[in-house]
Amino acid sequence: MHLSENAAAAIQADPSHAAGGHGQLDFMGALFVFMLASFIGVMVIQRVSRLLHTPLMSLTNAISAIAVVGAIIVSAGKDYPPYIMALGLVAIICSTTNIVSGFLITDRMLKMFKKQGGAGK
Amino acid sequence: MSAENLVQLLYLISTALFIMSLKWMSDPATARKGVFSGVAAMLLAVAGTLAGVATTGGTHYWWILGAFAIGSAIGYPLAQVPLTAVPQRTALSHAFGGLAAGLVGTAKYFLYFGRGDALSLTPFIVVALVAEILLGFLTFTGSLMAAGKLQEVKWIPQRPVTYPLQNVSNIGMLIVAIGMGTALVMNPLAAWAPYAFLGVILLSLAFGVLMILPIGGADMPTVISILNAYAGLSAVAMGFVLNNKLLITAGALDGSSGLILSIIMCKAMNRSFANVLFGAFGQAPQATEAGESKAYKSDTTESAAQVLEQASLVVIVPGYGMAVAQAQHKVRELYDLLKKRGITVKFAIHPVAGRMPGHMNVLLAEAEIPYDDLVEMDVINGDMPQADVALIIGANDVVNPAARSDKNSPIFGMPIIDADKAKTVYAIKRSKNPGFAGIDNELYFLDKTFMLFGDAKSVVGELAKQLAGDNGH
Repeated sequence: MHLSENAAAAIQADPSHAAGGHGQLDFMGALFVFMLASFIGVMVIQRVSRLLHTPLMSLTNAISAIAVVGAIIVSAGKDYPPYIMALGLVAIICSTTNIVSGFLITDRMLKMFKKQGGAGK
Repeated sequence: MSAENLVQLLYLISTALFIMSLKWMSDPATARKGVFSGVAAMLLAVAGTLAGVATTGGTHYWWILGAFAIGSAIGYPLAQVPLTAVPQRTALSHAFGGLAAGLVGTAKYFLYFGRGDALSLTPFIVVALVAEILLGFLTFTGSLMAAGKLQEVKWIPQRPVTYPLQNVSNIGMLIVAIGMGTALVMNPLAAWAPYAFLGVILLSLAFGVLMILPIGGADMPTVISILNAYAGLSAVAMGFVLNNKLLITAGALDGSSGLILSIIMCKAMNRSFANVLFGAFGQAPQATEAGESKAYKSDTTESAAQVLEQASLVVIVPGYGMAVAQAQHKVRELYDLLKKRGITVKFAIHPVAGRMPGHMNVLLAEAEIPYDDLVEMDVINGDMPQADVALIIGANDVVNPAARSDKNSPIFGMPIIDADKAKTVYAIKRSKNPGFAGIDNELYFLDKTFMLFGDAKSVVGELAKQLAGDNGH
């Protein structure tokens, strides 16, 4: 199979590490980011109006389609076997579906929320 | 500035915009700004990623563009569904999100395995990979099942399906999957490792299906929220695998949103996570022998309209029945006619009314009912004793006083809208069958309660017609 010298070269050629960070894996840093982002998330979401819980869910649907970033990285890699690219492309299709439908339907729903005698009438 | 720093800068701005996007959702007045900010964040993220792969010799751009086009072509019609279908659409997009994460994780693992890349497959990365495919694929099938149940697809059973040792075998499966995952973490490059990896995928797919089988319609708001959290967490795991802080942040925002919504839903039903996932709500509708001796008092829409006319405060309690009958526009007519007479009309919104969080609010907003008149349960309950009429449209368990008084009731302890405290209660109900939980509702047998049997849309339409007629409209 493959030799481990190739492996080191493979890492340098692997765009995911360059696109994602510093070329070396910094998992404590990643855990810190996760912890802080979760706290921010909880605090921000707790203040979301209960009226808007359905649009909130479709908005976060679209946001979680950030997986498109990973899907692009997997699809675009130089010298990746075709089946890797195929998996990546299907993932791009899924994520793009969520981005497009998530943002559009959120906006469609939010447009409907009007105040008493509001400008919408 | 190096190309890599530029990418990171774009990601940084994107992250900030995602946070602002959710922050602006705190108020309906600013919420649309939140959508624009989210779109901007996503565009920056995609632009940054494309720039990043370009600097490291990326290829296949036409293929990627094609994938964007196909995704948009599927996504656009999915955004045009009627609002009653929003719960299904949401479940379906959780499925897409889970699948995307699962596929990226699978691709990464086989890429590294194919290269024999021991340096990339560190224990931390493999743990993240296993978490990513586990969460991704179980969210995929679980959400498809949920969407199927919500859409009332024929071959997916609507009622909770239970069988002996269900929980034991489900948890057993999960333990086997985690065991295989652990073996993978120790030997990611062993000859058997790809089979173990595929085994984890298969178990996750099966677990997703089995997890949703015992769950009934009334639990859907909670389950959708939990699946939302899983989809977010699988994106976080992908972020760990790719060492990408934007993925981690955006995934964590989504995960915490799902978590908070699940907690709100569980509290609104006075149940725990474990109880929702393993409890099979309403699996045993008890034979209600006592119910047969009790009789409903039905009434005509004529006299109901007269009572409504005399009221000064009317509280409307909508439930899933309103959504099924698509009655929200008729409700709006009724609302307008009552308002015209100077009657105060409020809507009492229970957090779990409908099939997803906030379901009722969106339907009523669609019918252009101003959101100031949509009142949360805790707030409206203070006003219920002053209400002259409580008009219940297709709601059942959320107004069942047994939740307060009957310790043996499956819904005991669940906070309810105190419709029974209003001076008169009118309840519109499709049939004489008990509600989803299979329990009789004492409210319907009270002296002050009158039933209006029929489809919510036609009954509300009749009421509106009566009121309009009196007015010489």
